[in-house]
Amino acid sequence: VENVRLLDRLSSRKAALGTLYLTATHVIFVENVSETRKETWVLHSQISSIEKQATTATGCPLLIRCKNFQVIQLVIPQERDCHDVYISLIRLARPVKYEELYCFSFNPKLDKEEREQGWKLVDLNEEYNRMGIPNNYWQISDINRDYGVCDSYPTELYVPKSATAHIIVGSSKFRSRRRFPALSYYCKDNNASICRSSQPLSGFSARCLEDEQMLQAIRKANPGSDFIYVVDTRPKLNAMANRAAGKGYENEDNYSNIKFQFIGIENIHVMRNSLQKMLEVCELKSPSMSDFLWGLENSGWLKHIKAIMDAGIFIAKAVAEEGVSVLVHCSDGWDRTAQVCSVASLLLDPYYRTMKGFMVLVEKDWVSFGHKFNHRYGNLDGDPKEISPVMDQFIECVWQLMEQFPCAFEFNERFLIHIQHHIYSCQFGNFLCNSQKERRELKIQERTYSLWAHLWKNRANYLNPLYRSDHGQTQGTLRPQMAPCNFLYKFWSGMYNRFEKGLHPRQSVTDYLMAVKEETQQLEEELEVLGERLANLQKSQLNDDKVKSKQQDRSKQLGLSTSDNSLANTPQEYSNDLKSFPSRSPSQGDEEDSALILTQDNLKSSDPDLSANSDQESGVEDLSCRSPSGGGCLPSEDSGKDSDEAVYLAV
Amino acid sequence: MLRSSQPLMGPNRKRCREDEVLLGTVLDEGERGFIIDTRSAQAAKQARMTGGGTEPKSSYPQWRRLHRPLERGRPLQESFIKLVEACNDTLINMDRWLSRLESCRWLSHVKAALSTACLAAQCMDREEASVLVHGAEGTDTTLLVTALAQVILDPSCRTLAGFQGLLEREWIEAGHPFHLRCARSAYSHARLKQEAPLFLLFLDCVWQLSRQFPFSLEFGERLLLTLFDNAYASAYGTFLCNNVKERRVGREVGTALCLCKVKESTHSLWAWLNQPGEKKKYLNPLYSHNALVIWPSVEPQSIQLWQGLFFRWIRSSQYLDEAWAEIQRLVEGN
Repeated sequence: VENVRLLDRLSSRKAALGTLYLTATHVIFVENVSETRKETWVLHSQISSIEKQATTATGCPLLIRCKNFQVIQLVIPQERDCHDVYISLIRLARPVKYEELYCFSFNPKLDKEEREQGWKLVDLNEEYNRMGIPNNYWQISDINRDYGVCDSYPTELYVPKSATAHIIVGSSKFRSRRRFPALSYYCKDNNASICRSSQPLSGFSARCLEDEQMLQAIRKANPGSDFIYVVDTRPKLNAMANRAAGKGYENEDNYSNIKFQFIGIENIHVMRNSLQKMLEVCELKSPSMSDFLWGLENSGWLKHIKAIMDAGIFIAKAVAEEGVSVLVHCSDGWDRTAQVCSVASLLLDPYYRTMKGFMVLVEKDWVSFGHKFNHRYGNLDGDPKEISPVMDQFIECVWQLMEQFPCAFEFNERFLIHIQHHIYSCQFGNFLCNSQKERRELKIQERTYSLWAHLWKNRANYLNPLYRSDHGQTQGTLRPQMAPCNFLYKFWSGMYNRFEKGLHPRQSVTDYLMAVKEETQQLEEELEVLGERLANLQKSQLNDDKVKSKQQDRSKQLGLSTSDNSLANTPQEYSNDLKSFPSRSPSQGDEEDSALILTQDNLKSSDPDLSANSDQESGVEDLSCRSPSGGGCLPSEDSGKDSDEAVYLAV
Repeated sequence: MLRSSQPLMGPNRKRCREDEVLLGTVLDEGERGFIIDTRSAQAAKQARMTGGGTEPKSSYPQWRRLHRPLERGRPLQESFIKLVEACNDTLINMDRWLSRLESCRWLSHVKAALSTACLAAQCMDREEASVLVHGAEGTDTTLLVTALAQVILDPSCRTLAGFQGLLEREWIEAGHPFHLRCARSAYSHARLKQEAPLFLLFLDCVWQLSRQFPFSLEFGERLLLTLFDNAYASAYGTFLCNNVKERRVGREVGTALCLCKVKESTHSLWAWLNQPGEKKKYLNPLYSHNALVIWPSVEPQSIQLWQGLFFRWIRSSQYLDEAWAEIQRLVEGN
């Protein structure tokens, strides 16, 4: 569709005119300006909602909201075209079969072996071995090898040595969705462990000997403690209500040697609404500080993040400081349980704060343990009540920790943002379906590619320059301040306002420091080479030996050139409290001042709209080499260092 | 950019030829200028009742007046006190924290100050027009705007030496009454009438700029904290008294005349700060001269609570300090 306008969110007067394309996998907007032909790409799978707004004199507005928080506002001249686009997008954004998803057509031009290797990058058996298992207390169990015991669990699980097959099967029958207690994390220093399950089907008074024995087995697997914590991450009221439905929680009277604890994290519906409210705040045009703070508080979002974090801290403390094992569950043990176990693991074990370790953590606690990616993130069109930003919240917890402990993580914010992006993109096969069983049935590993291999290949973009494995902050358990600490939770504008360049620092400190680090390394290597040469020269008598050295333009390399305009930024509208726009004529009376006199018209727009950040996704300059099924010039989200073309791409 | 205090129009709308000529000489024929009045239009109008006022268009035809009300005086001090109380409240729930923060209004004041300074800067840089800034007295919000605008516009004000010069010019010599404004700070029950944290507000705004432009200021947070400390209580004479006259000639204290003679009797904070051993503690390792104007975002998401100041004694800065040490190490290693 031609003559479509793409509006700028903050200034509806700054619109780009171009052509809109719909392909099998993407929506693409290409600006008419011939020098840049700036492109905006949106994957259908990223589309969360499409809103057709009332036709105005200028055309028919269409608002596309994406799951990665990009918001695109288009104005299509003809109502008929707008309607067609709207209908098409509705269908395209709601795939019915897995085969429609991008991952099955995405082609990064790797051969079969490379694809396989990519999937092997993360090996959970290796991970459990790293933890020190199997050992005297824990063993691997293949009781679920055909998914016969629990179809949402993996085929390989780790259980206490004293948990016999009989106990496991019995316990599974007493747990919601058969999700019996299994090992998530083992601390070899003191034998304390984190186990996870779903809620027991205890109702008001039901008991199950095998389930009680299972918990005993977990306790016995830690000789250093004579009790275990059982942590129910639900609010007490919800858990009690579950009893009426024949489910519930563990009664301390029935289970010997447990200390029971409610943590009170709200359910998926509350979280879905919370995010919705927060995004509404983000969409406010020129909000006041009041609007923003009230709106943010009203959404409850940061409160929920803190609740998840507090739960993780509690568990990490129990394991690291008290040496007590913990069994964690919620209702079904695949949402809050996953969040809380993985936060606790991150706090406890520095390995999970490395890039590789983090991938392993996600594979372990989210992918293998049956987090319902399809239902939660809408791979396929499904029940809207199942949608919930569960993993988004976990990722935010990691970011909040990174802000408090800047040296403790090997990876940077961009790593987290790209992972979040790919939870929804369906470009890779890792986050598909609802369980390992489903993924194997669909032969995901033979038909799609692994995100981890892709990120690993580009890991240079994801490193945190402040990370040093020998640094105090990066070792041992992280101990976030418990209270008072409300202020420590910040609004993550890098994620929720990701595509609004004007809100972020123009220069990335991370990228600069990485460049500094690299350059230092290169210089050191050069120094060594030169040193050797010098030594040779001094030994030999030849005098026509030339010493070469690479000339490097230092400032360019470090990405900070003050001679060009890469640091230029443009002023926003500083008279935000005024509703009227554009300005009234200057002949207004004395007392009048409320006209916005500095409009975009009389501001010079000479500064190029550039960003030295590389958090943008890059585009491909030439449209002609693009094909929906991939192909050579496939856009990737990684090479955002091209500062001159700040293209917004969601690939 | 010019600064002044309010014109003494009074209820009878007095005119002053000399004042009109003075402002007239600033502008060329056909040029226009902007007057940024840091009071609301209402307040400025009411000021006439007590002898003050605004510049009427008819008398100052080339000047366009803009009102950007900025908080000062008691309400600003209250805002500061409330914020410090909120930060020290250990019992507050996450449920209530943000609304409590909002009710202090401090961040709104930061946003307003930055917006107004940016407006002044925009007038000069984009409109290439001269700007006159004044409030009522010309000693509080006026200086906030002019000083901040210079940090935004002028790269030399962003160097350590340039910033000190800016403070000397726009705050100390311009006559911001430090003695009255920075008397007891937020914990005191005295609630002095003349006390108000304009200078802190300025430092907070500069901190916001340093966050948004991490490479563009030659100094770091530590300098800002040191300045805050010294404005209230100092071993040095730099922030003493209320104006140049008092520093030279002395002031009445009760019935006695106190001969301040600041320059003869005290040491200068700048002299101490600029010693090579001290100076390096205040430098920003990421600094790289940026010749351009820095335009901050004043969206609420971009304005953050200055944790380094407001939580200074409440939470450990250990991890952040370690991060800065690492940044220093990386840059120096290079």
